[in-house]
Amino acid sequence: MLAALRCVIHRDLLLAARRSSDVLTVLLFFVIVVSLFPLGVGPDPALLRTIAPGVIWVAALLASMLALHRMFASDHADGTLEQILLGATPLGMTVAAKILAHWLISGLPLVLISPVLALQFDFPRERLGVLILSLALGTPVLSLIGAIGAALTLGLRGGGALLSLLILPLYVPVLIIGAGAAEAAVSGLGGQAQLLLLGALLVFAWAFAPWAAAVALRISTE
Amino acid sequence: MEKKTGTPSLEAVDLHCVRGERRLFGALSFTLRGGELLRIAGDNGSGKTSLLRIACGLLEATSGEVFWAGEDIRRLHEEFWRQLVYIGHANAIKDDLTAAENLHVACTLAGVRTQPARISEALRLLGLAGCGHLPARALSQGQRRRTALARLALSEAMPLWILDEPFAALDAVAVEQVQNLIAEHLSRGAAVILTTHLEAKITASAVRRIDLEAT
Repeated sequence: MLAALRCVIHRDLLLAARRSSDVLTVLLFFVIVVSLFPLGVGPDPALLRTIAPGVIWVAALLASMLALHRMFASDHADGTLEQILLGATPLGMTVAAKILAHWLISGLPLVLISPVLALQFDFPRERLGVLILSLALGTPVLSLIGAIGAALTLGLRGGGALLSLLILPLYVPVLIIGAGAAEAAVSGLGGQAQLLLLGALLVFAWAFAPWAAAVALRISTE
Repeated sequence: MEKKTGTPSLEAVDLHCVRGERRLFGALSFTLRGGELLRIAGDNGSGKTSLLRIACGLLEATSGEVFWAGEDIRRLHEEFWRQLVYIGHANAIKDDLTAAENLHVACTLAGVRTQPARISEALRLLGLAGCGHLPARALSQGQRRRTALARLALSEAMPLWILDEPFAALDAVAVEQVQNLIAEHLSRGAAVILTTHLEAKITASAVRRIDLEAT
């Protein structure tokens, strides 16, 4: 079973490496959106520091949403999804492996580049850790929740718009808590409470979202 | 491995299938034992693929049940799928992976352990010697189909094969090769279901046929 899960992750990473434009699109989108704000708002350091957590978090949320529809679409189109559904491994586990691979491709790069972008906002350097941690805990939750939506809207015409409508309300709590953590760090409150909450959300999502997405996949491939 | 007597049987009881408004087939029952070949015939759109998808549990029949070794496949889940090879209309081939990588992924997902040597042997058997390292994008339609079917050469231990139009896009040599693979598998005591437009020349202890227009 572990061999199958490793195989799924390895395959998805290999595909992403051979088709790197998909990965770069998401990353570039994130970088551009975040970089435009200091240009548009003006160079007032106090203002930039105030909006930094929100801007970075909203951009990360939009970027990860941009990548969502790709999670199952190509497997669905070429028939690989049928083979995954008929696989020897419980579907929930395989879906969890796919979500992990998807986060490594589309979420982790955002986390890694965020400290560089935060510098544009005069984000206090010693508090960068909290921002990175909040994104590292939060973006997997976005991928996990998004997987359910991506599975539900698989193969629908205009699925992209529906996906955003379905998922956005569920993303809002993650956004509020995640941006809240970074904001608390900027104002000197620490942000531990929000980080703990994000961690709890992540554990909860890992436990349930893959199974929900698996059921959704079975329904939408019928 | 599975002996003739040990191969479980696939039993469909009173299957009805309605897709959209159209009734594709109804009151369809069959039993398939080890060593038997079931050929499903019918015009385009007569529900051949739907029947295969119901038989392997991808699609829920409007009513009726499918049993594997006496158990409902909807309860067996992975236990049933671990013993099944399904090759559908779509080849499940990734353009960006090589033929060998595609084959490795397909086998690993199905729980079949393979070595690189066996994979190149399977590709060679299907006339793809030397194509193993090419990205699937560079392969022709027929070669992709061959890559998908090369899985059969690595799945001797699976007691049930369900093949949807296995001979589509294949040339005469490859058709014969695949027919040999199927005949060999049947002689091992496994069961095979397939749909095809060709009059397949496969030797089996029992060849059965379901004509979907007739039901």
